[in-house]
Amino acid sequence: MNGPFDFTLALGDDALVAAQRLGEWATRAPEMEEDIALANIALDQLGAARLLLSYAGELEGAGRDEDALAFLRDDREFRNCLLVELPNGDFAVTMVKLLLLSAYQVPLYTALAGCADERLAAIGAKARKESAYHLDHSALWVKRLGDGTDESHRRAQAAVDQLWPYHHELFTADPAAPVDPAALRADFDAVVSPVLAEATLTRPADGWKPGGGRAGVHTEHLSFLLAEMQVLHRAHPGAQW
Amino acid sequence: MYGNDFAPQEDAPGGGLLGQVEAAETALREAAARSRAGATLPGDDPAAYFAEVIDADHKIEPRDWMPDAYRRTLVRQIAQHAHSEIIGMQPEGNWISRAPSLKRKAILLAKVQDEAGHGLYLYAAAETLGVSRDELVELLLDGRQKYSSIFNYPTLTWADVGAIGWLVDGAAIVNQVPLCRCSYGPYARAMIRVCKEESFHQRQGYEILHTLAHGTPAQRAMAQDALDRWWYPSLAMFGPPDGDSTHSAQSMAWKIKRFSNDELRQRFVDMCVRQAEILGLTIPDPDLRWNETRQAYDFTQPDYDELMRVIKGEGPCNRQRMEHRRRAHADGAWVREAATAYAVKQRAGAQRERVAA
Repeated sequence: MNGPFDFTLALGDDALVAAQRLGEWATRAPEMEEDIALANIALDQLGAARLLLSYAGELEGAGRDEDALAFLRDDREFRNCLLVELPNGDFAVTMVKLLLLSAYQVPLYTALAGCADERLAAIGAKARKESAYHLDHSALWVKRLGDGTDESHRRAQAAVDQLWPYHHELFTADPAAPVDPAALRADFDAVVSPVLAEATLTRPADGWKPGGGRAGVHTEHLSFLLAEMQVLHRAHPGAQW
Repeated sequence: MYGNDFAPQEDAPGGGLLGQVEAAETALREAAARSRAGATLPGDDPAAYFAEVIDADHKIEPRDWMPDAYRRTLVRQIAQHAHSEIIGMQPEGNWISRAPSLKRKAILLAKVQDEAGHGLYLYAAAETLGVSRDELVELLLDGRQKYSSIFNYPTLTWADVGAIGWLVDGAAIVNQVPLCRCSYGPYARAMIRVCKEESFHQRQGYEILHTLAHGTPAQRAMAQDALDRWWYPSLAMFGPPDGDSTHSAQSMAWKIKRFSNDELRQRFVDMCVRQAEILGLTIPDPDLRWNETRQAYDFTQPDYDELMRVIKGEGPCNRQRMEHRRRAHADGAWVREAATAYAVKQRAGAQRERVAA
């Protein structure tokens, strides 16, 4: 990444793709209360995505607004981390994914709130409060699932094992960025380790470290997600909605 | 930013009805403050007390005696209403992933979330009558209780999301505004809250159609096609014509229902005609015309045989909607069991700590 445009775009893409995945849960959650919670979190992520993408468009200065950036870029142009584009899987996969994402977004947005760029600082100040709620919600569910029944423990551990390799990409060093992601690692560990311990879940060994999202080299999942998300917008070029 | 970011429009629907909701809320407060003339105490002669409360337009509350049939009617009606909110999330939820702009996506997500909230609120109102939400959900999943027939129609284009907001939520509000004055307190209060949000949703749906109807030729055609498909199913939402309605008379006497199916349907048609004109769309009824004598629009009745087939389970999406709900419920069973097991462990842990201390 280089410069505030790429940085802002990447954070916006993280939030947008996360919102798209969470939105897929609507009407499918294990209980009605959770339908509300997941929609609520999807809305928060989407709200942050809109602010970040709008600002990214302004930084770029090429006349692209939030919709041009969301609906008219291909997967090679998206800058989100791989973690958020992975399929929802079962409820354990979704909650572990949200735990990893929000344990990264809370310190990220907190640091952003104190950065020199006023717009990014304002976005960070707003989004960190929401991320704190997402972290709280996902941490509680990971504990419930990890320390619930045998089956939920098995599923939660499988979800942690599946997703753990993808969290490394979140902390790839970028000293030129307004907030260097590498600096957020300690805060992430301080939150995630005790949650996993309380959930009686084992933190996997660090080995495979998939990455490439920030360079637009994604998993095979992203282009399907974008095909669905963009289909209507692209079918009516230039239309207002 | 989060879906609530446009101001009300003068010519948009919902304004007058919202006024009626607020009047009902005021009446509710005044009734609570007013003492009744007869003043039989609830314990003296329960049946007389019940009759007096209904007569005086006061509210029956969960603790009060009520006829069994009154209780059963309310459980049935409130549960079906709650089920409709939950099943009704599906046709619109179908378009969340494909919404054509981020603003529209946010508005739609917020709306589907509101519907889940209405469902919870209504199940809670039903629970004041002595049934549990779990029992009612079982009745829905077993097909022993119904939900609104309208949700058995498919959402085939984005314009359908607008049509559902304008027509389906519009019909729901026309139906529900009188329920804000219904004799059972918890239901009346639920309706006041639900109607306020529904009226907001209706305006949003209307705005979607307005944008489409004033957009490209393809968008305009999409809007007209949606109106063509949703018009009669929306009229059918008011139920069978008065002559065939089984529950009406008793519900009117108990002041659960305040107007007949046909009266409400007429009110809805009269409201929609002007709104369709502003949209620049054509209501798909060649016989729709103003009747000077009745001071109301004449219109073609919906096909009630089709309504009965849909209610019986033979609409386009009945099976799909039920299967989807059953699958979500079954797929989530292990999660609910985990939450219960975790809560039991937490309680046991807290107890051990207390004993140790």
